[in-house]
Amino acid sequence: MKLLTLLSLFVTYLVTDCINIENTAGHFFSSGHTNNWAVLVCTSRFWFNYRHVANSLSVYRSVKRLGIPDSHIVLMLADDMACNHRNPKPATVFSHKNMELNVYGDDVEVDYRGYEVTVENFLRVLTGRLPPSTPRSKRLLSDDRSNILIYLTGHGGNGFLKFQDSEEISNVELADAFEQMWQKRRYNELLFIIDTCQGASMYERFYSPNIMALASSQVGEDSLS
Amino acid sequence: MATAEVERRRGQLAALSIAAVVIIVGVPLWWKTTETYRAWLPVSQIRELAKLQLQLSADVEVVFARGTVTPEQQKKVPLTKTQEEDHAVDEGTTLKYRYETKYRTATIMEEDALNKPAAAEADLALHMLSESPCGSLVIYVIPESSSLLHEDVKVYVGQRRTALLRVVAQMRTAKTFEQLLDRLQPHIIQVLRMMSFSRADITAALSDRVRFHPGSKESVADSMRAFKSSPGYEITFSLLNPDPKSHRLHWDIEGAAQTYIQPLLMKMSPVANFSIDSQTLHYAMLGVNPRYDSSRSAYTLNADSLAHVINPVEARLGSNAASSNPVLNFLLYVPDSHHSPLYIQDHHKQEVYNVDSSYGPEAEFPVDININMAKVMGIFLAQLRLLLGVQSSPPPPGFLVAPCGSTGLADWELDRLMWSRSVENIATATTTITSLAQLLDQIGNIVINDNIAEQVSNAVTSLQLAVAELDAGNLGFALQFSKEAILASEKAFFDPSLLHLLYFPDDQKFAIYIPLFLPMCVPIMLSLLKIASEARQKRREKQAKKD
Repeated sequence: MKLLTLLSLFVTYLVTDCINIENTAGHFFSSGHTNNWAVLVCTSRFWFNYRHVANSLSVYRSVKRLGIPDSHIVLMLADDMACNHRNPKPATVFSHKNMELNVYGDDVEVDYRGYEVTVENFLRVLTGRLPPSTPRSKRLLSDDRSNILIYLTGHGGNGFLKFQDSEEISNVELADAFEQMWQKRRYNELLFIIDTCQGASMYERFYSPNIMALASSQVGEDSLS
Repeated sequence: MATAEVERRRGQLAALSIAAVVIIVGVPLWWKTTETYRAWLPVSQIRELAKLQLQLSADVEVVFARGTVTPEQQKKVPLTKTQEEDHAVDEGTTLKYRYETKYRTATIMEEDALNKPAAAEADLALHMLSESPCGSLVIYVIPESSSLLHEDVKVYVGQRRTALLRVVAQMRTAKTFEQLLDRLQPHIIQVLRMMSFSRADITAALSDRVRFHPGSKESVADSMRAFKSSPGYEITFSLLNPDPKSHRLHWDIEGAAQTYIQPLLMKMSPVANFSIDSQTLHYAMLGVNPRYDSSRSAYTLNADSLAHVINPVEARLGSNAASSNPVLNFLLYVPDSHHSPLYIQDHHKQEVYNVDSSYGPEAEFPVDININMAKVMGIFLAQLRLLLGVQSSPPPPGFLVAPCGSTGLADWELDRLMWSRSVENIATATTTITSLAQLLDQIGNIVINDNIAEQVSNAVTSLQLAVAELDAGNLGFALQFSKEAILASEKAFFDPSLLHLLYFPDDQKFAIYIPLFLPMCVPIMLSLLKIASEARQKRREKQAKKD
């Protein structure tokens, strides 16, 4: 008898919790935003990280096809795949072994390439603290009615993400950067997607409102991305 | 032995002196050298500004024409009254609206002007007599029998800062002056809400701090359409020609911009700086395919698909790489011969717009087409007004609004825009400065340079001046100071040196300090402990010897 009441209470709690999540998610998608931005970052370089570049470029193509123009996309790539000596098909980057879709194309606009993809530049783009000589295409000029997509891919660990083999960004730094964005009202809603090993650890420390985070793996899991 | 004693004494002295040097000299030195330079910020003033308490005050003059007041009521005039209205937006923001109203009777020359046959002429004549300063209003109360206004028109809003209000029957029955004023009050408030600031406008301007929940769908669209306040805007006119082989398009953009757009921009120069560019793009295709509608023998395009037109064109539109000002792009697309004429339909299946080309099928290609700039510029001008924030809500019933003059903007519309921009600038600058102060407080590792402290002080001073000018009713100065405040606060907030890269987790801090300090501290601590235990033992022996 006791077990039954306990079970029913538990089930009711689960159901209401699910409904709450549904409501929150539904509310998230009916916001009053007027423009969209995307910050797509691939944090790896070298040929054996081809898949990360292909990931970022696939997201770039999807985002462009669905209507976000280049002027509102900040793409950070090492960009050493298309013209790599090991590339059997030069000037192309494919996202599938069937090689059907060349995601590099001839109209890709990489804003930060090569060694410019650093933690410092990434944080500067997010918080807006760029030197005055930075051109418009390298800036994130969002306002309080912008919805921003932030996509990170590369090698990560529990609480950090590796940038180009020499530095790392921790989840606390990322959370602080988002809080600074919120203080200056640089976003209306933020969709944070992380595609690395143990990616869920990167969003553990977020404390700013209006952020939805997705990760491809939990803490302790490897993401073969 | 004596030497052992001396040695031991020397050892104790050494340990004590090393400990003394470490604590008295070493620790302060280490503290000072690992300190970050933080210039002083006026934190208390910033905190005061954070509780945004604004007072907007406007000067209003109500002039009674002959026939609207009885002789005994006239004795009370001239009279000055102040009305205040409180508006608490939320806990952090309170506004006060103040109207300083002066009541007087009309002068002879104003009476002459009010006897003109038409309202527009009366408006012009009244303007010739006196020019109202920025932010103020004059309302002329005219008798019911006046022929200036049509039967069902109660109020006429002029091109400049005047309005004509017709006395209605219930006002005439007022005995005392106070009664007359009471009856007039709701109408005057209506006029003021339209020509000056209103709750809705100001709340919309505060959207940075307060999420505005407007009532209707149209006002949602309105509040989202206008650009945010910015020190400058860039306007680009682009002509899209999909088929240069068959069309040669001529448009006199320079002349048209000079005639139609430039006067508006000159009038709005206190609000922002503008720069105009124009370009022609050849082989610019529409991203969507129009469908042929045989019932009209024309091509039709759904209004919803217009949004998909932008993306293929956007890459070629270009913008000034050096500035971060918002860009307003106006595109003019002339359909090619295979797709003309082209109609655009909205979801009611009604024709919304007609893109027409005026040549017959037997024309010789390439055809020269001269674009009618007047029609095009008319549309662009209307859209430019909406994008820059000039409100376009329909006037209340019984109101007749004069068409705006040759500049495309009435004086009172500019005033209304200036009120909301001032409030928006002040609110944004306050939020920026407050969050900067909070950020610098929270993260103790960030270096605050002198130039940042200077910018913050400038911003605080400008904010205080702007709030004071708004209080006093000097709209022009208030807007100017608010713009300076925004520039200084943004410069301080977005200074590149404020990047906090110095995040040290606790375990890393220990990992650095322990190998440095532990090997040195352990021998000292042990010898100090030994000294202390020996001293205690000696004291105990002395006690035992005494007893």
